[in-house]
Formats: sequence, structure tokens, C-alpha cells
Amino acid sequence: MENKKTFGEKCAAFVRKDGVRSVIASLISILGGIAVGFIVLLLLAAFDSDVTFSQALKGILIVIKGPFSSGSADNMLFQIGNMLFEAAPLVMTGLSVAIAFKTGLFNIGAPGQYLMGAMGALVVALSLPTDTIPSWIVWILALLAGTLLGAVWGAIPGFFKAHFNVNEVIVCIMTNWIAANVVSWVFLDTDFINTPETKINFIKKTSSNGVATAKLGLDKIFEGSYMDISLIIASLVAIALYIMMNKTTFGYELKACGFNRNASKYAGMNEKRNILISMSIAGALAACGAALWVLNGSQDFKWNTYMSLPAEGFNGIPAALLASNNPIGVIFSSLFLKFLNKGGANLSAQTPFNEYVSQLIVAVIIYFSGFSKLFRDMLAKKLKGNEKRDGDSLKAKGGKKE
Amino acid sequence: MIFLLQKTLIFTIPLLIVALAGMYAERSGIINIALDGIMIFGSFFGALCAHILRQDPFFVDHNQLTFLIAMVLAAVSGAIFSLLLSFSAINLKADQTIGGTALNLLAPAITLFLIKLFFSKDALEMETAIGGDGKPVDFGFAILNEDMNPVGQVFFDKAYLSTFIAIGLFILLSVLIYKTKTGLRLRACGEHPQAAASVGINVNKMRYLGTTVSGALAGFGGYVYIATVANGTASGTVAGIGFLALAIMIFGNWKPLGIALGALLFGFLKCLSVIYTQINIEIGGEKIYFLNDLKLPMYFYNMIPYIAVLIVLAFTSKKSRAPKAEGIPYDKGAR
Repeated sequence: MENKKTFGEKCAAFVRKDGVRSVIASLISILGGIAVGFIVLLLLAAFDSDVTFSQALKGILIVIKGPFSSGSADNMLFQIGNMLFEAAPLVMTGLSVAIAFKTGLFNIGAPGQYLMGAMGALVVALSLPTDTIPSWIVWILALLAGTLLGAVWGAIPGFFKAHFNVNEVIVCIMTNWIAANVVSWVFLDTDFINTPETKINFIKKTSSNGVATAKLGLDKIFEGSYMDISLIIASLVAIALYIMMNKTTFGYELKACGFNRNASKYAGMNEKRNILISMSIAGALAACGAALWVLNGSQDFKWNTYMSLPAEGFNGIPAALLASNNPIGVIFSSLFLKFLNKGGANLSAQTPFNEYVSQLIVAVIIYFSGFSKLFRDMLAKKLKGNEKRDGDSLKAKGGKKE
Repeated sequence: MIFLLQKTLIFTIPLLIVALAGMYAERSGIINIALDGIMIFGSFFGALCAHILRQDPFFVDHNQLTFLIAMVLAAVSGAIFSLLLSFSAINLKADQTIGGTALNLLAPAITLFLIKLFFSKDALEMETAIGGDGKPVDFGFAILNEDMNPVGQVFFDKAYLSTFIAIGLFILLSVLIYKTKTGLRLRACGEHPQAAASVGINVNKMRYLGTTVSGALAGFGGYVYIATVANGTASGTVAGIGFLALAIMIFGNWKPLGIALGALLFGFLKCLSVIYTQINIEIGGEKIYFLNDLKLPMYFYNMIPYIAVLIVLAFTSKKSRAPKAEGIPYDKGAR
């Protein structure tokens, strides 16, 4: 073997890493999504006389500049602060979906787990007396209560899957709607509901009981925004999960279960227990995201929720998919999704378009990310052409089933 | 009682037809998790079509014709939308769950974007339109036949054209998938595509057929849902009916009869949760509203259908068997 590698070879070696190829595939998807979004706006400009081409160009630029397209500097900091705050629950639901995916399960039950988490956190945060118990202890208890409730809720699909072999998708959908009704029922006619006429649809803010997530001065930097340390907490959780999945026996067992349930059973792993625990963790994560959101102290939680499920739960799916289910990647994909979201929100003020453009772009990005294996294989093939020597090792990697 | 059955039928039909849509896709080997999105897409174009047609007094007077045209358009747009899924899943061998999820995100984004852009509001409502005689006509496609016997009333009073079409389609398509050559080939592609290919069946073509039928049915179901259940409002959501239909399909074990049973059971329980306050029995000339007298909140009744499905599944799932090759991209070389 030669010691000195040319620059091209170094690049090839770099690109050959699985993680790098995933990132490249995601970037291609993102570019594709933005391109399609732009084409849609251009088509509108071509066929609708009210819309000009320059408006289409302006529109797509506003979306991809995210919170930076907000006009004034103050407004920009405000939007960035909110973006960072709102990313935290999304990171958690994204992790929830990603962990379940790694175990071969599709956790479409995140909305229900999210609702249960919000309920648990709100009930504890609003009912424990903060004049006798320090508010930070109440905060921790509330977070734990919400998380625990989510774990229990997530365990239901896990239990049905493991012991009755019922498809987890169907149980997740059922538990979502059951959760939506349970939450409404629990809050019906209670003191938790806000009293003023206009706010009757919402639960009291936790700050009314003096319970709120620590801000550490972050709300001073991003003035007027909801910014607190929840994103830091979510990122730490993501790192912990990354270590768990990649460096521990338990994580290995979960992944093995995801690759082939029967093989993992044959290898002596308790696959039923693994499915149950994996879904519990997924439920706990989604619920913890909700708890972080309500414990911010300034958020309005709509209690009479039996007709609809929280979008935040479903949005965990694109966050996980865009990150190829990598826990660390989920942090960045969530931030990116919220970034686009903020850009979209700025659209209607400055162009004839509306905020749904950013949703459209996200949808197309996810559509393209489905082809990521194709992109990766294409990349691998190209490298194989360049370097015939390493062809075999590449094939082994490229052909790996997911 | 008649009222209860009428309502049950209205709730059941969208579930029935969309669950059948799911079955067609999955039996051909493609997991169609995008049912909800396709419903939203179809319902929007159906509503848009009805909205445009109702500008003309002729179509306001000929209500059922408008309804029919809108239904067909909804089905066509659903089929076209589903091609996105087919293309990614069949031609590019992409992950079907991801493709489906993308469509679920895409449909509300597109519809809400267009509704807000062209109508400057968040939902497209079917409002009152002016008929040929200059009088305003309310939105609604129900056919009224109040002077019928009780059995007839269940089916023909306050009934919708779509109900009969849906039941007809359901029977036709159930026969098609079990009793015809094409149906057998389609099912073969969902069980063992390589074996199917070895006897000369074009797997990709069959899978395209499965998902396109699925898309058309889902689009149709979406429009039926908003026209009969959701007061003719296209608002970028169908209240998760697509996912429920997916659940009904699994519940029905990927078989038409099971799906019909599941949809009826679910539709009945769902309907019960809406009208439980009006249910009564007459004892000695006195009407007793026994469910209302229990003083349980409506949330309790709302939960019953979901809990019932879970309980039934726990007992019956041992027999449950999904099509073997569903979700796996067809690879010619695989054995």
C-alpha cells in the first residue's frame, strides 16, 4: 500500500464513509426540494397574471433565508429564538420516530404520546404547590411525569406488537385518538382551564404557578422570544441516544431486532422485550418533547383536542427521515425544518404566496430523501468506476440492506 | 333507529372505500400509507370542481350531476397523485413508507397553498349558490324519500348517490380481485413477485395497476367524506380517516369481507358516539334516553370505536397475515 494518497483518493475515501454519503444524499434531497418549490412558484408566475417572476424569485429566497428574511434585526433575533425553542420538541419527536425505526417499528403514535406527555407535565406543574416545594423540583417532577406517561402510552403498541403480533401502525393510530379523548376528558371541567372568556380553550400557562424552564439569559439575547434551555436538553438526549444505539449492547440488540426480528431471536435476544422497551423509549421521547414545550411557561395548550392531533407529533416523521434516523442528525434536521418554517411564515407579509410553500418544500424533500439509497448507490457506483481495486469492499457496503 | 342506521351508513362508506383502496395497493405489494394524503388531494379537486360548476345555474339545478362529475374528478386526481408514489416505489425502488409519508405531507401543503392563494381563506366551503329560478340553493347532495317503509328509508331516504356507487364499486372490485385473471396476477405480485414474473406477469405493471386503483378509490373516498360527513368543506384534512381506513384494512385481514365488517363495526360505533344523546327506548309510553342519563362525557363514547378495534385485534391477530411481499421493492435478481 502506498502511504501517500492523492487528493482525489482522499476525497473518495471520505465520500465512501456511510455517514458522509447519507449527508450528501440528504443535501441532494434538500436542493431538489427547494428547486421543485421554486418551479411551483415560477409556474404560478407563468399562469397567474397577479404573480410576477420577480415575486417568485423573491418568494423562494425568503423561504431559504428562513428567519433571516424577517426584515428588521430585532425581528430576526426574535424569530431565531423562537426557531431554536420550537426545534426542541421537534428534536424529541424526531428521536422518538428514529429510535422506533431503528428497531424496525413505525411509530406513527407520536402525536398521542405527545398529548399524554403534555397532559402529565401540565397536571403536575399546575397542581403541586410551589410555595412549599421549590419550583425547580416541581419542574423536574412535571417533566418526569410527562415522560413517564408517554412511556406507558408508547408501551401499548409495543405490547400489542410483541405479544399479539398486531401491526404497530394500527395500534398507534388507535392510541392517538384514544389519547386525544383521554386528555380532553381529564381536563374537562377542571381548574386547570384558563378562566378568562377568550382563553377558555386553553390550559393555564405553567408560569402561573411559577414553573418554567430555565432561560439562562437566552431570552435576553433573543429578545421577546420563548427561547429557553430546552434545545440544549433535547440535544443532550440526542447525544445520549446516539451513544446508547451505537456503543452499548442494548443498542445493538435493538438494531439487530430492527434488521431481522427472527434472527435476533435465534441469536438469543429477547425480541419481545426489545420491541416493548423500544416503543416505551419512543413514547417517552415524544412525551418529553411535549413536556419541554408546555413547561416553557408561556405556551397555550389547547385542551379540547379530541377532534385533532398535534402536528408536532407527525412532524417527527420527516425530521427522522431527513436525518436517516441518526440521533445526532435529528438535531440538525429539526433545526433545518424549523428554519424553513420560519421562512415560510415570512412569505405572506412580503409576497402574494403563503406559509404553505415551506410545507410543500419539506414534503418534496422527504419525497426525494426516499431515493437516498438510490443516490448513495449511484455515488458508490461512480467511485467503483474510479477505483476498481476497492470495488469489492464498496459493493459490500453499498448493497447493505436497510 | 332508522336515523342511527342512516348515519352509520354515511360514516361507513368513506372508510369502506378507502380501506378497499389500501387493500388494492397492498395486495399488489405496495404499502400505501399515503391514503390520507390522497384523500385530501382528491377531496380538494372534487370540491374545487363542484365549486366551479356551481357558478352555473344549470349545475345548481342538476345537483346529482354536479356531484357525479366532482366524484369522477376527485377519483382521477387521486389516481394521478398516487402516480408519485408508484413512481418512487416501483421505478426507483424507494422506501414506500417514506414515499407515502411525503405524499401525506404534500397533499395538505398543496391544497392549503392553493386555497389560500386563490380564495384567501383556510378552507374551501361549498356555499349556497343561485339556481336556475334565481333562488338560492343550499349545498347538499342528499336524496330525500321520506314516504318509504322503514327498510327503504335506511337506504333511500337522506341517501347519497355516492353510497350506491361505493357499494357497487366495492362488490365489483372485490369480485375482480378474487375471480379474474388480472386479480389473481395482482395478488401474486403481492405475495411472490419473482414467482409471478417467472410465469410472464409484468410485476411493475401490476403494481402500477394496484396503486392507481388505490389512488382513484382514495380520491373518491376523500370527496365522499367531505361531501357527506364534513359539510362540503375542503380544509386540507380528512380528520385522519385515511389512517383509520388503513387500520380497518389491517383489521379486515386484507380481505374485502373483513374490511366490510370492520368498516361497518367502526362506522356504527363512531356514529353512536355522535348521536348517543338521542338514542332512546320507549317503556310504557315514556322515552328513556338511557345513554344520555349516564352523564358520561362524549369523550367516553368517542373512545369506544378505537378501544373496540384494539380488543378485537388482540383476539384475532394470530390469524392475521399481510401480503408477503408488501413493502419490498421488486428485485428481479432476488430469489
